[in-house]
Amino acid sequence: MTNQATVKPSRQPTPQADTGMPGPGGRGTRARIERASDVRGTLRRLLATLLPYRWSFISVFLFVTISTLLSLLTPYLIGVAIDKSIATHNLTGLLNIALIMLAAFIGVWLAQSAQGLVMARISQRAMRDLRRKLFEHLQTLSISFFDRHPHGELMSRLTNDMDAINRVLSQNVTDLFGGVLTLVGILVMMFAINFWLALGSMIIFPFMLWLVGFVGKRTRQSFRKYQQDIGKLNGKLEEMISGQRVIIAFSQETTALADFDVANEQVRKVGIKAQTYALLIPPLMGILSNVNIAILAGLGGWMVLQGLATIGTIVTFYTYSRRFAAPLRQLGNLYNQIQSALAGAERIFEIIDVVPELADQPDAIALDDVLGKVVFENVNFGYYPDVTVIKDMNLTAQPGETIALVGPTGAGKTTMINLLTRFYDVDDGAISIDGHNIRQVQKASLRRQLGIVLQDTFLFSESVMENIRYGRLDASDEECITAAKLADADPFISRLPQGYDTQLSERGSNLSQGQRQLLAVARAILSDPDILILDEATSSVDTRTEVRIQAALSRLMEGRTSFVIAHRLSTIRGADKLLVIDDGRIIERGTHDELLAQGGFYHKLYMSQFKGQSRVTP
Amino acid sequence: MKSFRRILSFVSPYRKEAIISMALLLGVVAADLAIPRLTQRVIDEGIQNHDLHTILTTSLLMLGAAILSAGFSVGNTVFSVRVAQGTGADLRSTIVRKIQTFSFGNLDHIQTGQLMVRTTSDVNQVQTIVQMSLRILTRAPLWMIGSIVMLILTSWQLALLMLALTPLIWGLIWVIGAKAQPIFLAVQKKLDKLNQVLQENLAGVRVVKAFVRSEHENTRFDGVNITLMNENIRVMQLLALLIPTMMFLVNIGIVGVVWLGGNMVIQGDLTVGELVASINYLSYSLFPMLMLGGMVGPLSAADASSARIYEVLDSAADVQDRSQTRTLDGVKGRVAFENVYFSYNHASGEPVLRDINLVAEPGQTVAILGATGSGKSSLVKLIPRYYDVEKGCVTLDGIDVRDLPLALLRAQTGIALQETVLFSGTIRDNIRYGRPDAPDEEVISAAQTAQAHDFIMSFPNKYDTVLGQRGVNLSGGQKQRLAIARAVLIRPKILILDDSTSAVDVETEVLIETALDKLMTESTTFVIAQRISTVLNADKIVVLDRGQIAAEGTHTELMTSSPIYQEIYDSQLGGDGGGRDD
Repeated sequence: MTNQATVKPSRQPTPQADTGMPGPGGRGTRARIERASDVRGTLRRLLATLLPYRWSFISVFLFVTISTLLSLLTPYLIGVAIDKSIATHNLTGLLNIALIMLAAFIGVWLAQSAQGLVMARISQRAMRDLRRKLFEHLQTLSISFFDRHPHGELMSRLTNDMDAINRVLSQNVTDLFGGVLTLVGILVMMFAINFWLALGSMIIFPFMLWLVGFVGKRTRQSFRKYQQDIGKLNGKLEEMISGQRVIIAFSQETTALADFDVANEQVRKVGIKAQTYALLIPPLMGILSNVNIAILAGLGGWMVLQGLATIGTIVTFYTYSRRFAAPLRQLGNLYNQIQSALAGAERIFEIIDVVPELADQPDAIALDDVLGKVVFENVNFGYYPDVTVIKDMNLTAQPGETIALVGPTGAGKTTMINLLTRFYDVDDGAISIDGHNIRQVQKASLRRQLGIVLQDTFLFSESVMENIRYGRLDASDEECITAAKLADADPFISRLPQGYDTQLSERGSNLSQGQRQLLAVARAILSDPDILILDEATSSVDTRTEVRIQAALSRLMEGRTSFVIAHRLSTIRGADKLLVIDDGRIIERGTHDELLAQGGFYHKLYMSQFKGQSRVTP
Repeated sequence: MKSFRRILSFVSPYRKEAIISMALLLGVVAADLAIPRLTQRVIDEGIQNHDLHTILTTSLLMLGAAILSAGFSVGNTVFSVRVAQGTGADLRSTIVRKIQTFSFGNLDHIQTGQLMVRTTSDVNQVQTIVQMSLRILTRAPLWMIGSIVMLILTSWQLALLMLALTPLIWGLIWVIGAKAQPIFLAVQKKLDKLNQVLQENLAGVRVVKAFVRSEHENTRFDGVNITLMNENIRVMQLLALLIPTMMFLVNIGIVGVVWLGGNMVIQGDLTVGELVASINYLSYSLFPMLMLGGMVGPLSAADASSARIYEVLDSAADVQDRSQTRTLDGVKGRVAFENVYFSYNHASGEPVLRDINLVAEPGQTVAILGATGSGKSSLVKLIPRYYDVEKGCVTLDGIDVRDLPLALLRAQTGIALQETVLFSGTIRDNIRYGRPDAPDEEVISAAQTAQAHDFIMSFPNKYDTVLGQRGVNLSGGQKQRLAIARAVLIRPKILILDDSTSAVDVETEVLIETALDKLMTESTTFVIAQRISTVLNADKIVVLDRGQIAAEGTHTELMTSSPIYQEIYDSQLGGDGGGRDD
C-alpha cells in the first residue's frame, strides 16, 4: 500500500508553548494570567485601537478627573463644616457649605454618568473595529495557516482574548486612571491639611504593601497552576464532547468519566488554593483602612487635645482613610486583568501580523472568461520541506476536456487540486491557465473561474436555499431550484419539513452525507464556472443517483475543462483522459479503453471491483 | 432569576460551609459597625472632655475591631471559596454525566461548541456568582440593616432621612436590573451568533476561498458584529448610569445629614460625635448598595448561564435503560427487525424507515444498499439503540433490544461510523479505544485486518505515532481504516460498517473484506456500502428505497429479481460491455 507522508511529526500538536506564536493546542490550554512578551508595544497597539475615538477618550479622562477631584473635595468640606460652621454656630456658613457639597455631588454625578456613557460607546466601537480587523485578516490568510492552527485555538482567541480586552478597554483603563488619581489626590490633601497626622496614618502603609505583594505573588503562582489545570480539563472536555458518539458506540462512558473526574477534582483542589489566596487581598486592604482609623482616633485625638489638629480634620481624614483602601484593592486586581488582557491582545495582534503567504503579486493580472487550457509543468510540491507529495508532474488539459484523476488514497490527487486552486503554491515548476502562470494571476479572479466541489463537504447553518445560493449570490430562487434539480437534490429537499427553507443545523448534520454532497454539487452547478473540479464529489451518493447527476454533470462539463477525482471507477470512465496517479507521479494516461488494454495499474484497479464477484457468480 | 435560584440547589451539599461563612460575615459586619460608634466616643467623651485615657483605650478597641473584622473576613473567604469551587466542580460533573446519558438523538440537537461553552464558561459564571454571593450578597443586607439600626440608635431624626432614600435606591436597582436582564440575554445571543459565523468560517475556509466569498463573509460578520456592538452599548450605558445615580442619592442624604445634623448640633440636640457617626453610617449603608448595583450585571449573566446549563440538564436522554432489563447469556447474534418504523423528528416529515422486516442469522453478513437518504445509516443505528424505533421492534437473540441493558447491548456491537472521529493520543490508544487492556498482538492483528498495519509501520513512530486533534494528520482513507480496526478489536458479536470504506480505494477494500471474512466468522456483520463490489459476497443484500425494503436476497438472486439492484449494478460495472455514456 502506497501512501504519501501526510503524517509528519512536525505537524503534531505538541503541548502548548507558553508564549510566542500560537502553537497548536486546545482551547484555553494556556495559562490566562501570563504576561505579554512585549508589554509596551502591545499596550501601545491596544490603545491605538482607540485612536479614532481619541477626542471622546480624552473627554473621558476629563470626566474622570472632574469626578475624582470633586469627590475628594467633599470630605474636606465636611471637616470645614464641623470646624468653621457648627463649632461657631454659623448657620449661613453651614447652609453655604451644604450647597457647595450639593453642587459638588451633582458635578460628580454628571461627570461619572457622562464618563460611563461615552466610554461604553467608544470601547464597544473599538472592540467592533478590532473584531472586524481580525476577521477580515483571517479571510486573507492561506489554507496552510488554518492547517497549522486548530480551530479551537483560533476560536478562543476571538472569544476569550477579546473578552479580556473588552474588560480592559471598557473598564480597567478608566479605573486605573481614576484609582491612581484618587490615591495621589488623597495623599496630597492629607499632607496639605495636616502633615503629622498624614504621616501617622501612613505608618501602616509600607507594611500593607509588603503583605499584599507577598500574597499577590503566591496568588499569581497558584493562579498559573489553576489556569493550566483548567486548560487541561477543557482540553479533555472538548475531546469528550466532540467524540461523544464514539464514546457511546464503544461504551466507554465510565472510562471517560473517570478521566474527567481526575481532572475535575484537580481543578477543584487547585482552585480552592488559588481563589483563597486571591480573596485574601480585600480583607487585608480592609484592615489597612480600619487600623488607619484606629490610629487616627488615637493619634488624632491626642493631637486635638494638644491643639495640633481639629475635630473636623479627624473627620476628613477618617473618610480619606476609608477611601484609600478601595483603589489599592482595585489596583491589585487591575494588574492581573491588564496583564492577562495584554497577553490576549498580543495573541490577537500575532494573527493580525501574519502575512498571507499567498499574497497577490502587485502586477498580478485578473483572469476573465478563460478558455480553460490547464497546464502543469514540472510541478513539485510538498506540504513540508522534506516530503515531496507531487513529483515532477506534467499534464495538459485542453479546453473542454474532462480529466479524471485515479489512484490509491494519498497518491496526491487532492493535492493537485489544492495547487490548481492556489490553496497552496507549487514549490517548483508552474501551473498555467490559458498560458498565464497562476502565480501571476489575482487569486480571487482565478478562483472565480473555478467551480469546486470539495471532498469535505461544508454547509452553513442557514437554509437549504441559501446554501445553494452560496455558489452565486445574485442567483434567483428559481435558478437555485433548477440547480438543485440538475444535481438531483430536489426530490429529497422537497421531502424536508420546510423544503428549501429548511434550516440546516451545524455543518448540515441533519442531512445524510450523500445529501450534503448533492447540495454541494448544486452549489457548483449554480456557480457556472469555466473550469469544474469535482473532488470525490459523489463518493457518498449511491450510484443510481450518481448516474442521474452524471447526466447533468456531463452536460455541465460540455465545453468546460473539468477535473474529476473518484475512487469509484464508474464515475470517471467517460472522461476524455484518465490519469493514474501513484505516489505523486502520473504513471499511466489514456482513455478508459486504452488503459484497460494496457493491462497496467488501472487494469488491476478496474478488475479488483470484480474480484469478489468471480467467487459468487458462477 | 428563576434559573439561578434553581441552580442554588447545587450549593446545598456545602450547606455547612456556606452557613459558617455567612455566620463569619455577621462578625465582620458587627466589627465594622462598631468602628463609627467608637469614633463617636473618641470625639464626644475623649476630645470634648479632654480625656486622653478614653481616647487611647477607645482607639485600642478600634484596633481590636479592625483585626477581628479582618480575621472573620479571612475565615469567610476560606469557607466561601470551598463552597464555590465545590459547586463548580459538581456542576461540571453533573453536566458531563448528563451528556454521557445522551443518545445520538440528543446530540443531533445540540451543537458541540455550545455544550463546551455550557460546561466551561457558563459553569464559571455560576461559580463566580456563588462566590460573590457568599461574600457580598449576604453581607449587603446585614450591613444595610445594621447601619440603619445604628443610625436610629445614634439619631432617629437623621435615620428618617435615610429611610426616605432607601426605597428610591432599591427601586433604582430593581428597575435598571429588570431592564438590563433582557439586553444581557440579547447580547449573549448575538455573541453566540458571532461565534457561529466565526466557527463556520474556520471550518469552511476552503469553501469560502473556493467560491471567493470573503467579501460576503465580511459583510455577514459585520452585520452580527454591529448588532452585538449596539446591544453591548445599550446595556453598558444603562449600567453606567446605575452606580453614579445611586451614589448621588446617598450623597444627597449626606448633604441632608450635614445640614440637618449641623443644625441639631447648633441647637444642642446632637453631639459632634453623633453627627460624624451618622455621616459614617450613612456612607456605610451606601456600600452594600454599591455592591448590589455592581452585581446586577454578573447576576443577570449568571441567570442566563444557569438557564443554558438547565437546557442541558433538563433534556431527557432519548434512549435509556428500562427499569426492568433482561440479561442475555452467551449472545449468539441473531438480529431481527420486526415491522420497524422510525423517524428523527416525530412531529414533521415522513418516517425515515417504514415497516422494515429483516432477519440476520448469527454469523451472517448483511449488506445494505440504497439511494442517498434512503435510511441505511438510520437502520443500523437502531441495533445498538443509538436511536429508538418509533413502532415495531428490533430484537437480539429474540429479545427486544429495549429490554436489554444498554451496556450489554453496546458491548456486543462494534461499529465504524460514517464520520470518523479519532482521539488525540497514539495510534495504539485509538485502536484500543474500545478495549483499553487489549494486548499488542491483538492490536496489530486488528490493524492488519483493516489493512492499516502497513501504513502505520511506515510512520517513524509506528503504533506510537501521536495523532493530532481529531486525527487531522491522516488521510480520509487512513482514518477510516483505523476506525475499522478499532471496531474489530472488541471482537463484537455484531459488527457494523457504515459506509466505512468510502474513502478507501477498491483494491484495499477487497483486501479488508477478505480479512474480515476470515476473522469475523462468529460475528453478524452489517455492511453499508455504495459499491457493488463491497457487497458481492454478502449472505444477504438488502436494497432500501425511501425507507422501505425494496428487495432482499443474494447477489445472484437480486440480479434477476430486483430492477433497482440491476440498475445499481449497471451504473457501476455493467457499462463495461456497452454504452459507457449514461
